[in-house]
Amino acid sequence: MLDYTAMILAIGPELWLAAAGLIGVLLGATFKDKFNALAFKFGALVLFAAAAFSLMNYQGGEAFNGLVRTNTFVNFAKFVSYAIGGVTLMMSEGFLKRHNTIRYEYALLTIFASLGIGMTLSAADLMTLYMGVETLSLASYVMAAFHRDSIRSSEAGLKYFVLGSLASGMLLYGASLVYGFAGSTQYVVIAAAEPSVGMMFGMVLMIVGLAFKVSAAPMHVWTPDVYEGSPTPVAAFFATAPKMASMVVFANVMYTVFGGIIEQWQLILSIIAALSMIIGSLGALTQTNIKRLLGYSSIANIGYALVAVAAGKEFGAGPLLVFMTLYVIASLGLFAGVLSMRRKGGMVEGINELGGLMRKRPWLAIALSVLIFSMAGLPPFGGFFGKWEVLNAGLDAGLLPLAVILILASVVSLGYYLRLIKIMWFDEPTEKFEAIDGSVTFTVIASAVLTGVVFLIFIYQLSGWAGNAAAGLAI
Amino acid sequence: MGGFPILSAMTFLPLAGALIIMVVRAATVGSRDETQASSEGRTALMAGLIISGATFLVSLAAFAYYNPAEPGYQLVEQYRWYQNISYKMGVDGLSMTLILLTTFLTPICLLASWNSINKRVTEYVVAFLVLETFMIGVFTALDLVLFYIFFEAGLIPMFLIIGIWGGPDKIYAAFKFFLYTLIGSLFMLVAVVYMYQAAGSSDFEVLENYQFARNAQTWLWLAFMASFAVKLPMWPVHTWLPDAHVQAPTAGSVVLAGVLLKMGGYGFLRFSLPMFPDASHLFQPVMFALAVVAIVYTSLVAWRQTDMKKLIAYSSVAHMGFVTLGVFSFNEAGVQGAIFQMLSHGIISGALFLIVGVVYDRMHTREISAYGGLVHRMPIYATLFMLFTMANVGLPGTSGFIGEILTMVGGFQASSWAAFGAALGVIFSAVYMLTLYRRTVFGQITNPKLNAIKDMNLIELICIVPLALLTILFGIAPNLIFNITEGSALRVLNLMAGG
Repeated sequence: MLDYTAMILAIGPELWLAAAGLIGVLLGATFKDKFNALAFKFGALVLFAAAAFSLMNYQGGEAFNGLVRTNTFVNFAKFVSYAIGGVTLMMSEGFLKRHNTIRYEYALLTIFASLGIGMTLSAADLMTLYMGVETLSLASYVMAAFHRDSIRSSEAGLKYFVLGSLASGMLLYGASLVYGFAGSTQYVVIAAAEPSVGMMFGMVLMIVGLAFKVSAAPMHVWTPDVYEGSPTPVAAFFATAPKMASMVVFANVMYTVFGGIIEQWQLILSIIAALSMIIGSLGALTQTNIKRLLGYSSIANIGYALVAVAAGKEFGAGPLLVFMTLYVIASLGLFAGVLSMRRKGGMVEGINELGGLMRKRPWLAIALSVLIFSMAGLPPFGGFFGKWEVLNAGLDAGLLPLAVILILASVVSLGYYLRLIKIMWFDEPTEKFEAIDGSVTFTVIASAVLTGVVFLIFIYQLSGWAGNAAAGLAI
Repeated sequence: MGGFPILSAMTFLPLAGALIIMVVRAATVGSRDETQASSEGRTALMAGLIISGATFLVSLAAFAYYNPAEPGYQLVEQYRWYQNISYKMGVDGLSMTLILLTTFLTPICLLASWNSINKRVTEYVVAFLVLETFMIGVFTALDLVLFYIFFEAGLIPMFLIIGIWGGPDKIYAAFKFFLYTLIGSLFMLVAVVYMYQAAGSSDFEVLENYQFARNAQTWLWLAFMASFAVKLPMWPVHTWLPDAHVQAPTAGSVVLAGVLLKMGGYGFLRFSLPMFPDASHLFQPVMFALAVVAIVYTSLVAWRQTDMKKLIAYSSVAHMGFVTLGVFSFNEAGVQGAIFQMLSHGIISGALFLIVGVVYDRMHTREISAYGGLVHRMPIYATLFMLFTMANVGLPGTSGFIGEILTMVGGFQASSWAAFGAALGVIFSAVYMLTLYRRTVFGQITNPKLNAIKDMNLIELICIVPLALLTILFGIAPNLIFNITEGSALRVLNLMAGG
């Protein structure tokens, strides 16, 4: 006898997103352009509701005979991703309006991308995982190319599509190898299966595919190009909600599917983490475009997060959630800052355009400085605790070389973070930015307050939530 | 002391003041206009002075409640915070003296900026007050992670102070200062995580009684040393200091030499000795060697400087060498002397930077060769300069003498060679300080621009005279300080012996 209520609850947020997305399509087909402006409020509302749904059934459950299984670990990530996805949607409206590309499809694509996020997180079966990854990716490719008249945006979309398809192919091939050797696509069955060489091959290919999705080195090359080319709100979305989700999915796959054979993948992940930290922080040093710079800095930050993944379920799960939450909030704020860099009707993206911001827009400059220092992991800001937790996890698991690389990469990364600070505080002022939508300013200030003050004092709260969420991983 | 969190109040009062100044500024001045900045800047400076003055009073109140007879931590406040980290604050004799030094120097720094800082004054005051919070926090924190947060956070306002209000090469100096200190601190962070995991707590009192394995001690000691050696600074990682000092505004130099350098010595006494006694013994010869090299080498370097601030910066490195010598002699005279030397150097070098600032504000050059014959135009200045020159040389009757003699006595008991090297440094310090004094103050006026130079004004006197009085007072009655610090000095040595 199937318990339908429990099933529906387990897939509640995704069900809601799918239904709401389809209703959005109908509304769009009926009202056409009249729906454009409303769609963004509709989409944000849908995403916030989905976030609330993921909290309602926080403990999780199982559905479709084990195709889907949620627990607190993934629900935590779901909540953060949905909520942040909603915020990015709110920030997008003004930008798209000014570029005459405000179309309801954008909001619907965000909803469908979020549906993909939810599916990957809920997956307890390789098939569900792959379907989710593809749903997220297909929506993302279109979003990257959303400014279809702009060469840069189309180029970003195409690059993302070609490389992303390759990575999806690897993931699928790896999944099929694992299925072939383990005899099942279900996480639990694979976890219990006898490890074999073929399965290791599959696992490595899956790692490659997943590393691409989180933009970890050496599968990172697409990131700066796509961030730079995509419309800024799209880049803001890519850098936050899917990042959080993909990272947690990556961890979930490693912890649950391959949790028993950590000694087989710990070294691989350590190398990926080390490469990401090194390439990301060195690559960002010479960037002059703020979006590219943030792209490289996200590679470095993913490297830090991967240290927590490499530390294994026992040590790394909680710290990963803390780190990623703090990181995506800071990232969201910084991209909102990029959205405020507008003058004479055009967006500017050079880091020197921030020159003397402190004297023109002091509060914006202070908020951005807090976010930058937080992302650099400098106390007293929240980001420090993200790094503290990751460092703790790494040392707990005995990954001392990784911890040292993390430290050195942090010093290098200070090179470009401080350059941004220098430009904003020391340099001569450039022309003042034009006023920007309230939602963008609000996002900058709110995320600065969250990372700078709230998660400094109440870090124990975040850490406690993350710790409880990580406890849900124990099957 | 009826449970009122006086240490927290003292620590966060400047920060709260800074926030209020920022909010008031934002409310009164909608958009920035550089032309009307000056009157508004004076108001902000005034507010900053009142807040830092109030902080000084609070620190005096805390001192009044502090009982010097008791060696352990007092006025302790503790709240559970995060994992096994607690928000724990408290003071002992060592930190109390350094806190008083901090709260005493900050108003002087702000006052000294009255005429010399003319752009972005509000931000300047805010940066200084935020810095004061972090500096006090470093000395009040009784939890390793809390300490680390304050220790590291202080970099940000100092970076801004050097980078915005500094000299022509300020950006280079600010980056060098930040990155040098950061590299050292991050190695300390790894050690902090290790200690936290090993002992299960980051509470000072737990860590002091926790026996780290010999092998681990060595690495932990080295990681802490990486941070404190940069901060102190010790040869050969001192090179950021002359750059930072020369480029920083006068008040920045004062606070840098007066307080920030002391964090290195504080760290050695608070962590390296009591927590890693075996490693400290192991590295004693190395530290002595580095201390002697610092004293002799940087004294010689100081002698050949043509820039007044650079000369004093190098002399700071040399004087910090005495602190290292005293700390690592592991006896009462040495440790007491090191604490005293930190306090005395904070006052003397701070005053010397103010003295240089006085003529710099008038002439806009720090080249020694641009001066000469100042005594003919600035008699009061010449007198005060003479006093601090003598104090820096270590003339009996000034506080500089007590610190140097005690650290050397302590050093002599541990290693006569080290004390011999340090004594050479005393001679060299006389050479470079007297050369500086002769070339700037004595002789005939050769630079025609000096003919119109005016003697010190009231504000400058208010800044420097209290420092002069303290220098003499502590030189004559050093027991005022020793009575406070004795308990903690003995406590450090007991922990070392017991550990």
